[in-house]
Amino acid sequence: MILVSIIGALLVLIGLWGMLTQKNIIKIIIGFSIIDTGTHLLIVSIGYIKGGTAPIIDKTIARSSVVDPLPSALVLTAIVIGLAVTALMLVYAIQLYKQKRSLDINDYKELKC
Amino acid sequence: MIKRFVTFLLILLVGFFFVSYVVKVKPADKLPSLANDYVNKGIDDVGSANIVTAVVVTFRGLDTLGEVSVLFIATAGVGFLMRIEDKKSKLIKKRPASELLRTGTNFLMPLIFLFGIYIFLHGHLTPGGGFQGGVVIATGVLLLLLAFTSSDINHTLLNITESFSGAFYVTIGALGLFLAAGFLDNRILPVGHFGKLLSAGAIPVIYSLIGIKVGSELVGILDSLHKDE
Repeated sequence: MILVSIIGALLVLIGLWGMLTQKNIIKIIIGFSIIDTGTHLLIVSIGYIKGGTAPIIDKTIARSSVVDPLPSALVLTAIVIGLAVTALMLVYAIQLYKQKRSLDINDYKELKC
Repeated sequence: MIKRFVTFLLILLVGFFFVSYVVKVKPADKLPSLANDYVNKGIDDVGSANIVTAVVVTFRGLDTLGEVSVLFIATAGVGFLMRIEDKKSKLIKKRPASELLRTGTNFLMPLIFLFGIYIFLHGHLTPGGGFQGGVVIATGVLLLLLAFTSSDINHTLLNITESFSGAFYVTIGALGLFLAAGFLDNRILPVGHFGKLLSAGAIPVIYSLIGIKVGSELVGILDSLHKDE
Protein backbone atom coordinates (compact mmCIF):
# COMPACT_ATOMS: atom_id res chain seq x y z
CA MET A 1 0.00 0.00 0.00
CA ILE A 2 2.83 2.37 0.85
CA LEU A 3 4.49 1.63 -2.47
CA VAL A 4 1.33 2.35 -4.44
CA SER A 5 0.82 5.60 -2.50
CA ILE A 6 4.40 6.67 -3.21
CA ILE A 7 4.04 5.90 -6.92
CA GLY A 8 0.73 7.76 -7.06
CA ALA A 9 2.26 10.80 -5.35
CA LEU A 10 5.26 10.69 -7.70
CA LEU A 11 2.98 10.60 -10.74
CA VAL A 12 1.04 13.62 -9.45
CA LEU A 13 4.29 15.54 -8.98
CA ILE A 14 5.59 14.59 -12.43
CA GLY A 15 2.29 15.59 -14.04
CA LEU A 16 2.26 18.89 -12.15
CA TRP A 17 5.81 19.62 -13.30
CA GLY A 18 4.78 18.80 -16.87
CA MET A 19 1.74 21.09 -16.77
CA LEU A 20 3.76 24.00 -15.37
CA THR A 21 6.88 23.88 -17.51
CA GLN A 22 5.92 22.57 -20.94
CA LYS A 23 5.10 24.88 -23.83
CA ASN A 24 3.36 22.47 -26.20
CA ILE A 25 -0.39 22.22 -25.57
CA ILE A 26 -0.46 18.46 -26.18
CA LYS A 27 2.26 17.97 -23.57
CA ILE A 28 0.24 19.99 -21.06
CA ILE A 29 -2.74 17.72 -21.71
CA ILE A 30 -0.54 14.66 -21.21
CA GLY A 31 0.60 16.16 -17.89
CA PHE A 32 -3.02 16.49 -16.85
CA SER A 33 -3.62 12.84 -17.75
CA ILE A 34 -0.62 11.79 -15.64
CA ILE A 35 -1.99 13.75 -12.64
CA ASP A 36 -5.27 11.89 -13.17
CA THR A 37 -3.58 8.49 -13.08
CA GLY A 38 -1.60 9.39 -9.95
CA THR A 39 -4.75 10.47 -8.15
CA HIS A 40 -6.51 7.23 -9.02
CA LEU A 41 -3.60 5.20 -7.65
CA LEU A 42 -3.68 7.23 -4.42
CA ILE A 43 -7.42 6.66 -3.96
CA VAL A 44 -7.22 2.92 -4.66
CA SER A 45 -4.34 2.51 -2.21
CA ILE A 46 -6.54 3.77 0.64
CA GLY A 47 -8.71 0.66 0.48
CA TYR A 48 -5.98 -1.88 1.13
CA ILE A 49 -6.50 -4.37 3.95
CA LYS A 50 -3.47 -6.28 5.23
CA GLY A 51 -3.30 -9.65 3.52
CA GLY A 52 -6.43 -8.99 1.49
CA THR A 53 -7.15 -9.84 -2.12
CA ALA A 54 -9.41 -8.56 -4.87
CA PRO A 55 -13.13 -8.41 -3.92
CA ILE A 56 -14.33 -11.09 -6.34
CA ILE A 57 -15.80 -14.02 -4.44
CA ASP A 58 -15.51 -17.57 -5.70
CA LYS A 59 -14.80 -21.00 -4.17
CA THR A 60 -11.27 -20.11 -3.13
CA ILE A 61 -11.75 -16.62 -1.71
CA ALA A 62 -13.62 -16.22 1.57
CA ARG A 63 -15.63 -13.12 2.18
CA SER A 64 -13.44 -12.09 5.08
CA SER A 65 -10.19 -11.75 3.12
CA VAL A 66 -11.11 -9.11 0.57
CA VAL A 67 -9.98 -5.51 0.37
CA ASP A 68 -12.35 -2.56 0.56
CA PRO A 69 -14.46 -2.41 -2.63
CA LEU A 70 -15.58 1.19 -2.16
CA PRO A 71 -12.42 3.07 -3.32
CA SER A 72 -12.28 0.84 -6.41
CA ALA A 73 -15.87 1.78 -7.27
CA LEU A 74 -15.09 5.49 -6.81
CA VAL A 75 -12.01 5.23 -9.03
CA LEU A 76 -14.14 3.55 -11.74
CA THR A 77 -16.21 6.72 -11.91
CA ALA A 78 -13.12 8.93 -11.71
CA ILE A 79 -11.48 7.22 -14.69
CA VAL A 80 -14.53 7.88 -16.86
CA ILE A 81 -14.59 11.54 -15.79
CA GLY A 82 -10.90 11.81 -16.65
CA LEU A 83 -11.61 10.41 -20.09
CA ALA A 84 -14.41 12.92 -20.69
CA VAL A 85 -12.27 15.92 -19.62
CA THR A 86 -9.27 14.78 -21.68
CA ALA A 87 -11.44 14.33 -24.78
CA LEU A 88 -12.82 17.85 -24.46
CA MET A 89 -9.35 19.31 -23.84
CA LEU A 90 -7.99 17.63 -26.97
CA VAL A 91 -10.88 18.99 -29.03
CA TYR A 92 -10.10 22.49 -27.74
CA ALA A 93 -6.46 21.98 -28.74
CA ILE A 94 -7.57 21.05 -32.27
CA GLN A 95 -9.72 24.16 -32.57
CA LEU A 96 -6.94 26.40 -31.22
CA TYR A 97 -4.56 24.94 -33.78
CA LYS A 98 -7.04 25.67 -36.55
CA GLN A 99 -7.17 29.34 -35.54
CA LYS A 100 -3.47 30.11 -35.43
CA ARG A 101 -1.60 27.05 -36.78
CA SER A 102 0.53 26.83 -33.64
CA LEU A 103 0.56 24.52 -30.62
CA ASP A 104 2.78 26.78 -28.51
CA ILE A 105 0.97 28.08 -25.44
CA ASN A 106 2.86 31.39 -25.66
CA ASP A 107 0.97 32.29 -28.84
CA TYR A 108 -2.39 32.33 -27.07
CA LYS A 109 -2.10 35.26 -24.72
CA GLU A 110 -5.35 37.09 -25.48
CA LEU A 111 -6.83 36.37 -22.06
CA LYS A 112 -3.76 37.56 -20.20
CA CYS A 113 -3.95 41.05 -18.72
CA MET B 1 14.50 32.36 -13.95
CA ILE B 2 12.01 33.43 -11.31
CA LYS B 3 9.37 31.23 -12.98
CA ARG B 4 11.58 28.17 -12.66
CA PHE B 5 12.20 28.93 -8.98
CA VAL B 6 8.51 29.37 -8.25
CA THR B 7 7.72 26.12 -10.10
CA PHE B 8 10.32 24.26 -8.05
CA LEU B 9 8.93 25.74 -4.83
CA LEU B 10 5.38 24.73 -5.76
CA ILE B 11 6.40 21.14 -6.54
CA LEU B 12 8.30 21.01 -3.25
CA LEU B 13 5.21 22.22 -1.38
CA VAL B 14 2.90 19.62 -2.96
CA GLY B 15 5.59 16.97 -2.40
CA PHE B 16 5.75 17.94 1.27
CA PHE B 17 1.99 17.37 1.63
CA PHE B 18 2.30 13.93 0.07
CA VAL B 19 5.29 12.97 2.20
CA SER B 20 3.48 13.90 5.41
CA TYR B 21 0.61 11.64 4.29
CA VAL B 22 2.75 8.68 3.21
CA VAL B 23 4.79 8.47 6.44
CA LYS B 24 1.70 8.36 8.63
CA VAL B 25 -0.58 6.02 6.69
CA LYS B 26 -0.90 2.36 7.66
CA PRO B 27 -3.05 -0.31 6.03
CA ALA B 28 -6.02 -1.40 8.10
CA ASP B 29 -6.32 -4.85 9.65
CA LYS B 30 -9.95 -5.59 8.92
CA LEU B 31 -12.68 -4.16 6.73
CA PRO B 32 -14.39 -1.01 7.97
CA SER B 33 -18.02 -1.57 8.94
CA LEU B 34 -19.53 -0.01 5.80
CA ALA B 35 -17.35 -2.13 3.49
CA ASN B 36 -18.18 -5.21 5.56
CA ASP B 37 -21.90 -4.49 5.10
CA TYR B 38 -21.43 -4.02 1.36
CA VAL B 39 -19.51 -7.31 1.02
CA ASN B 40 -22.07 -9.31 3.02
CA LYS B 41 -25.15 -7.73 1.44
CA GLY B 42 -23.49 -7.92 -1.99
CA ILE B 43 -23.13 -11.69 -1.72
CA ASP B 44 -26.41 -12.48 0.04
CA ASP B 45 -28.96 -9.96 -1.25
CA VAL B 46 -27.60 -8.75 -4.58
CA GLY B 47 -26.06 -12.11 -5.53
CA SER B 48 -23.08 -10.74 -7.44
CA ALA B 49 -19.65 -12.39 -7.18
CA ASN B 50 -17.86 -9.17 -8.11
CA ILE B 51 -18.45 -6.88 -5.14
CA VAL B 52 -17.21 -3.77 -6.98
CA THR B 53 -19.93 -4.36 -9.59
CA ALA B 54 -22.51 -4.69 -6.82
CA VAL B 55 -21.36 -1.36 -5.36
CA VAL B 56 -21.23 0.47 -8.71
CA VAL B 57 -24.52 -0.81 -10.16
CA THR B 58 -26.73 -1.36 -7.11
CA PHE B 59 -25.51 0.28 -3.92
CA ARG B 60 -24.19 3.44 -5.62
CA GLY B 61 -26.30 3.13 -8.77
CA LEU B 62 -27.27 6.80 -8.83
CA ASP B 63 -23.60 7.79 -9.14
CA THR B 64 -23.31 5.50 -12.16
CA LEU B 65 -26.33 7.17 -13.72
CA GLY B 66 -24.62 10.54 -13.23
CA GLU B 67 -21.41 9.19 -14.73
CA VAL B 68 -23.25 7.96 -17.83
CA SER B 69 -24.76 11.45 -18.16
CA VAL B 70 -21.30 13.06 -17.91
CA LEU B 71 -20.00 10.83 -20.67
CA PHE B 72 -23.02 11.74 -22.80
CA ILE B 73 -22.39 15.47 -22.27
CA ALA B 74 -18.73 15.04 -23.20
CA THR B 75 -19.68 13.22 -26.41
CA ALA B 76 -22.24 15.90 -27.26
CA GLY B 77 -19.63 18.58 -26.60
CA VAL B 78 -17.06 16.90 -28.85
CA GLY B 79 -19.64 16.43 -31.61
CA PHE B 80 -20.72 20.06 -31.33
CA LEU B 81 -17.19 21.50 -31.35
CA MET B 82 -16.02 19.34 -34.26
CA ARG B 83 -18.98 19.92 -36.55
CA ILE B 84 -18.23 20.16 -40.24
CA GLU B 85 -18.68 23.73 -41.41
CA ASP B 86 -18.79 23.15 -45.16
CA LYS B 87 -19.71 19.95 -46.95
CA LYS B 88 -16.75 20.18 -49.37
CA SER B 89 -14.20 19.18 -46.74
CA LYS B 90 -15.69 15.70 -46.35
CA LEU B 91 -14.32 14.51 -49.70
CA ILE B 92 -10.62 14.45 -48.75
CA LYS B 93 -9.23 11.02 -49.63
CA LYS B 94 -6.79 9.45 -47.24
CA ARG B 95 -3.92 7.19 -48.25
CA PRO B 96 -4.93 3.52 -47.93
CA ALA B 97 -3.22 1.50 -45.19
CA SER B 98 -0.75 -1.31 -45.83
CA GLU B 99 -1.87 -4.86 -46.54
CA LEU B 100 -0.45 -6.11 -43.25
CA LEU B 101 -2.68 -3.75 -41.29
CA ARG B 102 -5.75 -4.58 -43.35
CA THR B 103 -5.28 -8.34 -43.03
CA GLY B 104 -4.57 -8.08 -39.32
CA THR B 105 -7.69 -5.99 -38.81
CA ASN B 106 -9.82 -8.46 -40.73
CA PHE B 107 -8.66 -11.13 -38.32
CA LEU B 108 -8.66 -9.13 -35.08
CA MET B 109 -11.79 -7.00 -35.23
CA PRO B 110 -14.38 -9.73 -34.56
CA LEU B 111 -12.21 -11.07 -31.73
CA ILE B 112 -11.95 -7.62 -30.14
CA PHE B 113 -15.72 -7.15 -30.35
CA LEU B 114 -16.27 -10.60 -28.85
CA PHE B 115 -13.88 -9.80 -26.02
CA GLY B 116 -15.63 -6.50 -25.29
CA ILE B 117 -19.03 -8.18 -25.23
CA TYR B 118 -17.65 -10.89 -22.92
CA ILE B 119 -16.32 -8.25 -20.52
CA PHE B 120 -19.59 -6.39 -20.07
CA LEU B 121 -21.73 -9.50 -20.05
CA HIS B 122 -19.69 -11.09 -17.24
CA GLY B 123 -19.41 -7.89 -15.20
CA HIS B 124 -20.85 -9.54 -12.12
CA LEU B 125 -18.51 -12.56 -12.23
CA THR B 126 -15.10 -11.33 -13.41
CA PRO B 127 -13.23 -8.02 -13.21
CA GLY B 128 -14.57 -5.50 -15.66
CA GLY B 129 -18.04 -4.36 -16.49
CA GLY B 130 -19.92 -1.99 -18.73
CA PHE B 131 -17.41 0.84 -19.04
CA GLN B 132 -14.43 -1.40 -19.67
CA GLY B 133 -16.31 -3.49 -22.27
CA GLY B 134 -17.52 -0.38 -24.07
CA VAL B 135 -13.96 0.97 -24.32
CA VAL B 136 -12.69 -2.33 -25.76
CA ILE B 137 -15.43 -2.23 -28.42
CA ALA B 138 -14.43 1.33 -29.29
CA THR B 139 -10.79 0.26 -29.76
CA GLY B 140 -12.00 -2.35 -32.28
CA VAL B 141 -13.70 0.41 -34.25
CA LEU B 142 -10.53 2.53 -33.97
CA LEU B 143 -8.58 -0.31 -35.60
CA LEU B 144 -11.20 -0.32 -38.36
CA LEU B 145 -10.82 3.43 -38.91
CA LEU B 146 -7.02 3.15 -39.07
CA ALA B 147 -6.91 0.18 -41.45
CA PHE B 148 -9.77 1.01 -43.83
CA THR B 149 -9.27 4.75 -44.12
CA SER B 150 -12.25 5.32 -46.38
CA SER B 151 -14.80 3.71 -44.09
CA ASP B 152 -17.84 5.73 -43.18
CA ILE B 153 -19.67 5.20 -39.90
CA ASN B 154 -23.42 5.62 -39.86
CA HIS B 155 -24.09 8.43 -37.40
CA THR B 156 -27.84 7.86 -37.32
CA LEU B 157 -27.38 4.27 -36.15
CA LEU B 158 -24.94 5.42 -33.45
CA ASN B 159 -27.34 8.06 -32.18
CA ILE B 160 -30.28 5.64 -32.10
CA THR B 161 -28.24 2.96 -30.27
CA GLU B 162 -26.95 5.40 -27.70
CA SER B 163 -30.30 7.05 -27.04
CA PHE B 164 -32.17 3.77 -26.69
CA SER B 165 -29.58 2.25 -24.34
CA GLY B 166 -29.68 5.31 -22.12
CA ALA B 167 -33.47 5.49 -22.07
CA PHE B 168 -33.76 1.77 -21.41
CA TYR B 169 -31.30 2.03 -18.52
CA VAL B 170 -33.43 4.71 -16.85
CA THR B 171 -36.58 2.64 -17.55
CA ILE B 172 -35.07 -0.35 -15.77
CA GLY B 173 -34.21 1.92 -12.87
CA ALA B 174 -37.78 3.20 -12.72
CA LEU B 175 -39.08 -0.40 -12.86
CA GLY B 176 -37.20 -0.94 -9.63
CA LEU B 177 -39.51 1.58 -7.97
CA PHE B 178 -42.60 -0.54 -8.76
CA LEU B 179 -41.33 -4.12 -8.68
CA ALA B 180 -38.62 -3.95 -5.98
CA ALA B 181 -37.39 -1.86 -3.11
CA GLY B 182 -36.28 1.30 -4.88
CA PHE B 183 -34.77 3.05 -7.89
CA LEU B 184 -32.18 0.90 -9.70
CA ASP B 185 -32.76 -2.08 -7.42
CA ASN B 186 -31.46 -5.14 -9.21
CA ARG B 187 -33.98 -7.59 -7.74
CA ILE B 188 -36.63 -6.92 -10.40
CA LEU B 189 -35.22 -10.05 -12.07
CA PRO B 190 -34.59 -13.21 -9.99
CA VAL B 191 -31.26 -13.27 -8.19
CA GLY B 192 -30.56 -16.90 -9.21
CA HIS B 193 -27.60 -19.10 -8.24
CA PHE B 194 -24.47 -17.38 -7.03
CA GLY B 195 -21.75 -17.40 -9.67
CA LYS B 196 -23.78 -18.31 -12.73
CA LEU B 197 -24.05 -16.08 -15.79
CA LEU B 198 -27.80 -15.53 -15.39
CA SER B 199 -27.64 -14.39 -11.78
CA ALA B 200 -27.54 -11.14 -9.82
CA GLY B 201 -30.91 -9.99 -11.07
CA ALA B 202 -30.82 -7.05 -13.45
CA ILE B 203 -27.04 -6.44 -13.17
CA PRO B 204 -26.11 -8.18 -16.49
CA VAL B 205 -28.89 -6.28 -18.26
CA ILE B 206 -27.86 -2.93 -16.79
CA TYR B 207 -24.17 -3.46 -17.48
CA SER B 208 -24.88 -4.62 -21.05
CA LEU B 209 -26.84 -1.44 -21.67
CA ILE B 210 -24.07 0.67 -20.17
CA GLY B 211 -21.49 -1.19 -22.29
CA ILE B 212 -23.43 -0.57 -25.51
CA LYS B 213 -24.00 3.08 -24.59
CA VAL B 214 -20.36 3.76 -23.72
CA GLY B 215 -19.18 1.89 -26.83
CA SER B 216 -21.38 3.88 -29.18
CA GLU B 217 -20.49 7.17 -27.47
CA LEU B 218 -16.75 6.56 -27.82
CA VAL B 219 -17.22 5.49 -31.44
CA GLY B 220 -19.05 8.77 -31.98
CA ILE B 221 -16.12 10.72 -30.48
CA LEU B 222 -13.64 8.79 -32.66
CA ASP B 223 -15.71 9.45 -35.74
CA SER B 224 -15.98 13.21 -35.04
CA LEU B 225 -12.20 13.41 -34.69
CA HIS B 226 -11.62 11.17 -37.73
CA LYS B 227 -13.85 13.16 -40.08
CA ASP B 228 -11.99 16.38 -39.28
CA GLU B 229 -9.76 17.16 -42.26
